[in-house]
Amino acid sequence: MAIQVRIPTILRTHTGGNKTVEGSGATLAALIDDLDAQHSGLKNRLVTEEGKLHRFVNVYVNDEDVRFTGALDTQVKDGDSVTILPAVAGGC
Amino acid sequence: MLRIDRATYDAIVAHARKDHPDEACGVVAGPEGTERPERFIPMLNAARSPTFYEFDSADLLRLYREMDDRDEWPVVVYHSHTATEAYPSRTDVGYASGPAADPRTHYVLVSTRHHAERTGLAGDDVEFRSYRIVDGEVSEEEVEIVESYLFGHSPTTVVYD
Repeated sequence: MAIQVRIPTILRTHTGGNKTVEGSGATLAALIDDLDAQHSGLKNRLVTEEGKLHRFVNVYVNDEDVRFTGALDTQVKDGDSVTILPAVAGGC
Repeated sequence: MLRIDRATYDAIVAHARKDHPDEACGVVAGPEGTERPERFIPMLNAARSPTFYEFDSADLLRLYREMDDRDEWPVVVYHSHTATEAYPSRTDVGYASGPAADPRTHYVLVSTRHHAERTGLAGDDVEFRSYRIVDGEVSEEEVEIVESYLFGHSPTTVVYD
């Protein structure tokens, strides 16, 4: 078993058009490294140069927004489902 | 160009008027890969603010999961400005240029600054404009209102520049 990751439409250019990909790792950071090894360029889209999760991206482990569970340090395990989405917000 | 049916156009305007002076926001979903905004989904502005809007994080997940199950994507993301013109702000452009935001999205901006209340008088329209936002570049596009999508693209259209 692996971790299922749902990819937003625009990032499917990195996954050969696939909506869902699989990866592994003990933390979200490790999972993103594993995904990037399989789908080059993905990490750059999700993690900033300072090594933080990009603020305009929402990542959920199961149904939990990782902002509230330790961001990139969030623990993940086989069988988990991860969803990556664009944050939707703005202002005048 | 954004082609949108009359009922959806009216629903966006009504939502913006109802939530004035706070910003209103939502999505019009359509079949993934198409340009057809078919399913109007008003969202709660979690910021409940006259100067900012955001989709609540849990609402966002629910929305995308539902669209995914229906093979839809957000053809239109709309929000209102309640004291300024219907033009994307720097914050709007920042979010729309985010690394997971799809540049194929049509961003609709409605301004209720002059016409929050419906008066029934001539010129009682709120500003309704549409944009593409790609890598920080904003380009306005034409909005064409069609009477209905149900009967295909009927020739009785009104074109607003």
